[in-house]
Amino acid sequence: MPLQLEIVTPERLAYSDEVDEVVCPGVEGELGILPHHAPLLTQLGFGELRIRKGAEEERFAIAGGFLQVRPDRVVVMAENAELGAEIDLQRAQKAREEAERTLATDELEPADLARARAALQKALLRIRVAEHHRREGPRHRS
Amino acid sequence: MPSQREIRRRIASVRNIKQITRAMQFVAASKLKRAQDATLAARPYSEKLDEVLADVASVLGGETHPLLAKREGNARCLVVFTTDRPLAGALNANVVRFAGHEIAEHQGDVTVVAVGRKGRDALRRLRVPIAAFLPNFGDRPAFADVLPLARLITDDFLSGTYDRVDLVYPQFVSTLTQRPVLETLLPIHPSEDTHGIPGNQFIFEPNPGAVLEQLVPRYVAVRVYQAVLESAASEQSSRMVAMRNATENAEELIDDLTLTYNKVRQANITREMIEIASGAEAS
Repeated sequence: MPLQLEIVTPERLAYSDEVDEVVCPGVEGELGILPHHAPLLTQLGFGELRIRKGAEEERFAIAGGFLQVRPDRVVVMAENAELGAEIDLQRAQKAREEAERTLATDELEPADLARARAALQKALLRIRVAEHHRREGPRHRS
Repeated sequence: MPSQREIRRRIASVRNIKQITRAMQFVAASKLKRAQDATLAARPYSEKLDEVLADVASVLGGETHPLLAKREGNARCLVVFTTDRPLAGALNANVVRFAGHEIAEHQGDVTVVAVGRKGRDALRRLRVPIAAFLPNFGDRPAFADVLPLARLITDDFLSGTYDRVDLVYPQFVSTLTQRPVLETLLPIHPSEDTHGIPGNQFIFEPNPGAVLEQLVPRYVAVRVYQAVLESAASEQSSRMVAMRNATENAEELIDDLTLTYNKVRQANITREMIEIASGAEAS
């Protein structure tokens, strides 16, 4: 029996389909969900969410939110969720360079430092997900 | 009787107005489509969040979080959503009148946070204390845009400035109907429907308290975001209908004026002919 997966963000329904396995970044480490998982409610961290459907694999870059596992479905409520194919790689790279430049300057305010670090982390994640998509496409899984 | 030239000038100016209202009608119609889609797209998330909150609350019981606790005090805050721009029909007037009733009933206890310039101006005329003013969020509000507002309200609630916070916004019912509604935002009242699974069967990671801690501020922000989206859709539909009426009225006016113009023209011709005829007779 496949899993009914839904990924929602405050702005849209990002994904809704039947899948075989979901691996997501929980706050306490990576978390794999297979069919018949016990009911679970957890916070999500920042990272890559992988969906396996038969031999296909898709990746989302997600940031924050919750994961709810019910007997009938799995719901990911993310602050932000972007499919590998949707990510603008050039923009992510530009954001990364900018964040790195900011971090390279001396005498940063603590708040600015935190913001720059978060921006860098986000850019790196988006680059990773987007590049993976370019390399492998959504179809194949080794 | 106005002169022919005067009437012609009036027809031209009404025709200009008609062009403008017509353009505004079409702009609003296309924006409405987008605003409506955004409102619908945001619904699943807020529904899911409701469910999760119900799950957690059923495990922890009520009053486990300061934002869920009911308070005795009477200090209230109304967050009133209106538009920045005029020409949106009776929308803003309705919202302000609705909020005004609520304020009058609880005279002295209510402070307003005005979102949208029109509401601020109208409420200021009613001499309601306005704690904060934010311009409206525009045609395409993003979730991140509403976070400062949500934080502001939450902080004031936690610090005890208000004991209750309500949202007043025009709910988008249909293109023709937008109804002002009042929704209590804080304290949060979680729904009790856990959709078939008792909350205590869930595994919580790291633990229910920590999940709740993260969940509650997000829940507040999502409720505010929903109100913003509904107001945006209401604004566009109300403006579209108002501008359609204006265009139709302009057309009617042009018809009337054209009729008058023809009458005047005919009267002039008749008069001239009589003058010529009587002139010829006299000679």
